Amino acid sequence: MMNILLVLPVVIPLTTLLLGLLFKRRHAWVSFISLSGSLALLAAGAWLVMLAAQGMVLSGQMANWAAPYGISLVIDRLSAVMVAITGVIGLATLVYAHRQPMPADFLRDVHLFVQGLLAGICGAFITADVFNLYVWFEVLLIGSFALIALGGGERRLAGAMTYLVLNMLATLMFLLAAGLVYGSTGTLNMGELALIFRAEQASSGAWLGVMLMLLSFAVKAALFPLFGWLPASYHVAWTPVSALFAGLLTKVGVYALIRMVTLLWPEPGMVHTVLLWVACATMIIGVLGAAAQTEVRRILSFHIVSQVGYMVLGLALATPLALAGAVFYLIHHIVVKANLFFVGGVAARLTGSERLAAMGGLYASKPLLAVLFAIPALSLAGIPPLSGFWAKFVLVKASLDAGVWVATFFALLTGIFTLLSMSKIWNESFLKAHPQPEQLGVAGDGPRGAWLTMIVLAAITVLIGFGAGPVMEYAVASAEQLVEAPAYLQLIERGAE
Amino acid sequence: MEWIAAITAGIMAALGVWMMLDRHLMRVVLGIAVLGNAINLGVLTAGRFAGERAAFVFGNEAVTDAANPLPQALVLTAIVIGFALFVFALAVLKRTHELHGDKDTDKVSAATEQPAPDHNEDHHEPEGRA
Repeated sequence: MMNILLVLPVVIPLTTLLLGLLFKRRHAWVSFISLSGSLALLAAGAWLVMLAAQGMVLSGQMANWAAPYGISLVIDRLSAVMVAITGVIGLATLVYAHRQPMPADFLRDVHLFVQGLLAGICGAFITADVFNLYVWFEVLLIGSFALIALGGGERRLAGAMTYLVLNMLATLMFLLAAGLVYGSTGTLNMGELALIFRAEQASSGAWLGVMLMLLSFAVKAALFPLFGWLPASYHVAWTPVSALFAGLLTKVGVYALIRMVTLLWPEPGMVHTVLLWVACATMIIGVLGAAAQTEVRRILSFHIVSQVGYMVLGLALATPLALAGAVFYLIHHIVVKANLFFVGGVAARLTGSERLAAMGGLYASKPLLAVLFAIPALSLAGIPPLSGFWAKFVLVKASLDAGVWVATFFALLTGIFTLLSMSKIWNESFLKAHPQPEQLGVAGDGPRGAWLTMIVLAAITVLIGFGAGPVMEYAVASAEQLVEAPAYLQLIERGAE
Repeated sequence: MEWIAAITAGIMAALGVWMMLDRHLMRVVLGIAVLGNAINLGVLTAGRFAGERAAFVFGNEAVTDAANPLPQALVLTAIVIGFALFVFALAVLKRTHELHGDKDTDKVSAATEQPAPDHNEDHHEPEGRA
């Protein structure tokens, strides 16, 4: 039973994908199968979180090959909550995409590729094997390549090309890193790598491999100075697709960074110092990049970069509180960011454009949308009592406790700029009168599912804000578990017997 | 044996990177393929070439002089994935070529910087073209 639960996060999307392919000629069936599959993934995620919250850590060896030779899977608190959030965003994306005015073939393809993407993302969250992580990265890359190019057109394909080349390069780097790590340590199991590094028995070759691995994660997570691919590609995809990417994809990189760094170096050291400066630069440069943009999704894309900086800041400070802050930030950010993209999509539909200059009049004509924008936007900027406030509060407190003033300074400064950016979108697309009032709302409100998605995600943001206590407790416990990594190390001990 | 493979992998990686820095999109994509193969060779080499025989175990018989099967399994996986991605990249390249007429990387960057088309949601190529 436990083993089945362990592989559910991967099996559900893959089964859904296969079933969908079987009935690919019947579009209504595909969307039904895909929506129920996402619901099942969300349910499995919620179940895993409940188990994890009771302190249970699921772990196992695939096909009963003992560690470190077989592939290990581990679902601890962080993995469980990431799977659950993946379920939330996956379902949200598909509900939002449901009945959008697009060709039926297009919508079916979106459903199928999203399931493939979800399988890759969930796999990356539960694996405890470096090479297996590479395979999941590839699975999610293939899904994301297809999704970003879907629909075609000059602008979209150009963005897809940029995305494709740079992400393939990062993944190749990861493959080489896995090879080097195996060549110098003789293992690919994260637990055994942790034992080697914690005992300070790692050779220089192993260090080289691991550093290359962190570099490729940094590209995936869009850290300074490797974030160039993100603002060059996210704004070209179809709106629900870019919302899904914005919510989840960079966070897989952040998750991998958090996992490897906490496993290999439980105590702060050289790696943490480098990450600290990278995090500060990422925060401030991302937000400054956003200031120069004049389109909704481009502004939001740069904010993804800037927000990733906060999570890495938590990782770099490496105190229990800071790590908990990073985990809390991950949870809060995924929901908020995807929702902002969703709201941006509806706003673009109502005003007929996503260029700020051609938008306007939404506050007067659609007050509900204004509220739905204000909640995630204020949360992103860190206004109490929304979820983003607690996330930033914890990180700022952790940086003050650690005496790292420079991090406090950049975190607060970035918060101010974020608010500035959000008020730019607010002024231009909501408050200002529409330049061509007769164009406003011509396309109609759009599918009800899209509105439902935005309302539910905004409600989750408010809920995390008011119920920050339990979420924080969970994050603190996750942070402890990350550093102690009991399941990862036990698998190796058991394998050695 | 390892050092020959290692040097070959290094030269191929250098070649791949050099091709990726080209302005012509076709060379960029081919460069990725070359770099991918260089890295495959590198991963295989990192696993050492000790052993001459396949690592099959029959009964309790110990196989002496067995080759390490793990790097082979890793590289095999990587080759399959790399091939699929390469084909996808070629397909995107072909379509890009049809749309732009040429394959200059600057043109691609310029296209992503175009202002967002109005009524973005409705932008979709007619059936059968994409």
